[in-house]
Amino acid sequence: MKGNEALAEAAIRAGCRHFFGYPITPQTEVSAYMAKRMPKIGGTFLQAESEVAAINMVLGAASTGKRVMTSSSSPGISLKSEGISYIAGSDLPCLIVNVMRGGPGLGGIQPSQADYWQATHASGHGDFFNLVFAPSTIQEMVNLTFTAFDLADKYRMPAMILADGMLGQMMEPVEFPEVQAHPIEKPWATTGHGGKRPHNIVNSLYLKPEDLEDLVRQRFARYEVVKENEVLVESQYTEDADIVVVAYGATARIVNSAVKSARAKGLKVGVIRPITLWPFPEKVIAQAADSCKAMLCVEMSMGQMVDDVRLAANGKVPVHFFGRTGGVIPTPAEVLAEIEKIAGGVQ
Amino acid sequence: MAIVFQKPKALTDAVFHYCPGCTHGIIHRLVAEVLDELQIEDKAVGIAPVGCAVMAYDYFTCDMIEAPHGRAPAVATGVKRALPDGVVFTYQGDGDLAAIGTAETVHAATRGENITVIFVNNAIYGMTGGQMAPTSLPGQITQTTPYGRDTSTAGYPVRVCEMLSTLSGTALAQRVAVDSVPHVKEAKKAIKKAFQNQIDKKGFSIVEILSSCPTNWGLSPVEALDWLRENMLPYYPLGVYKDIDGEAK
Repeated sequence: MKGNEALAEAAIRAGCRHFFGYPITPQTEVSAYMAKRMPKIGGTFLQAESEVAAINMVLGAASTGKRVMTSSSSPGISLKSEGISYIAGSDLPCLIVNVMRGGPGLGGIQPSQADYWQATHASGHGDFFNLVFAPSTIQEMVNLTFTAFDLADKYRMPAMILADGMLGQMMEPVEFPEVQAHPIEKPWATTGHGGKRPHNIVNSLYLKPEDLEDLVRQRFARYEVVKENEVLVESQYTEDADIVVVAYGATARIVNSAVKSARAKGLKVGVIRPITLWPFPEKVIAQAADSCKAMLCVEMSMGQMVDDVRLAANGKVPVHFFGRTGGVIPTPAEVLAEIEKIAGGVQ
Repeated sequence: MAIVFQKPKALTDAVFHYCPGCTHGIIHRLVAEVLDELQIEDKAVGIAPVGCAVMAYDYFTCDMIEAPHGRAPAVATGVKRALPDGVVFTYQGDGDLAAIGTAETVHAATRGENITVIFVNNAIYGMTGGQMAPTSLPGQITQTTPYGRDTSTAGYPVRVCEMLSTLSGTALAQRVAVDSVPHVKEAKKAIKKAFQNQIDKKGFSIVEILSSCPTNWGLSPVEALDWLRENMLPYYPLGVYKDIDGEAK
């Protein structure tokens, strides 16, 4: 199955019955799949007049407590940033998919990871975070879609699947898990009070600074629980590694090939693959920095996640960077050459 | 003792923050009376705008959502698609509906989105202190048109009902005013019809209500109503611009 289609099917199986989107490459197949499936299962597929409208439709549907999503690619996510901030500020759960392409501006339509900063640090104005998941296989696109909906509901915050054009367009066999939707009670939802409770208000406006500060602090206390419990990360060959390479998403697949070649050449190289980009696996990286001699961060960008890796490594080891950007995909040979360059210095 | 006049049940006990002489209070009351009379308050979800009515969520007893500026029709669309049997209304001002939210308004209408839109047109941005609105009149002095709205540089006011009446998805587009008792009565009838249309699944219904802003117009409440009659009524004629029940004039 194509990555974009697998993700869409997973969302439906996770109980999502409302999809609001606007056409953009390379997320196209998500919308096309939803347009085909939703009318058949009594769901909503709505092609909005803009990304701005689509994310606000998500806000409305999320306010009713229903599972809802939108998908887009980089320039479209910029347009959604207003709505994402309001959704976070109103403590609403939803799923936002970004199938990243090259930027800035209209950029290109080839795979990229240049929206890392936006997704993890600045997906809208104000103090807030989203859950950010970075799959590296189509199977993981499926699994993380379920996780994303569940955790968004649990913590009442937006979740984002941060994929790239390569994962979206690639085909791999997938299995859909047995256990599917995990709906939970949402007593805060605006569904009409039915004469059974006081009115619910979904709102992000707090004119008294102390009230707003209190609310943001409460939200950040919740973020601490997320950071403690929801980090997902994969480590390989890190126990004896002199060099630890950090990469996520499709780039991690390229890095894996390079690391296997390096191991075959006798170089002690390991890989850390953050699966959640927020919360970021800073403890795992900090531990690795205690035992390795150098780190290398590889991204399809000019170097964004590398900032978080450096913060986690906290100066204990040098953190090198290698990246290609604009839609250029790094090759295993290029990554291996970087590893060998660093190994030369380490030995 | 017979009660002849009381606060509608659909209004909370919160004290309105509106300025003296502002007609938002009348319009809130009319909407609340209609929610009571049609017995839909318990299944209603209201969408508040950004602007003077931003805190409408504190005044109506039904479930409420505060939308980003101009996005109320999109938020309402999301709610209505998720709750097709609910009653969903937006309450928006002129900056919200006819400037920053023009796309959301036009497309909710053209989709025939089965929602009710209460559009308060007072020809100015009230909340931010009296800037030019998309509906400010030619020559109107505002903070951002200190020499009067010059149509050669600032363009012309938008006639929303006329514009939306051209769209197939619009079920009702009616302009009313709240400057006099007969007009208030007419306004309530229109609001009631706009909600009844939604119950009857007829599609997008908008009621534009010409309203006064004494504070930012720099007039007394009485003078402001005179100004509305003398200046707004000629540019924005009252009437039914579209009614799929065939009553458009």
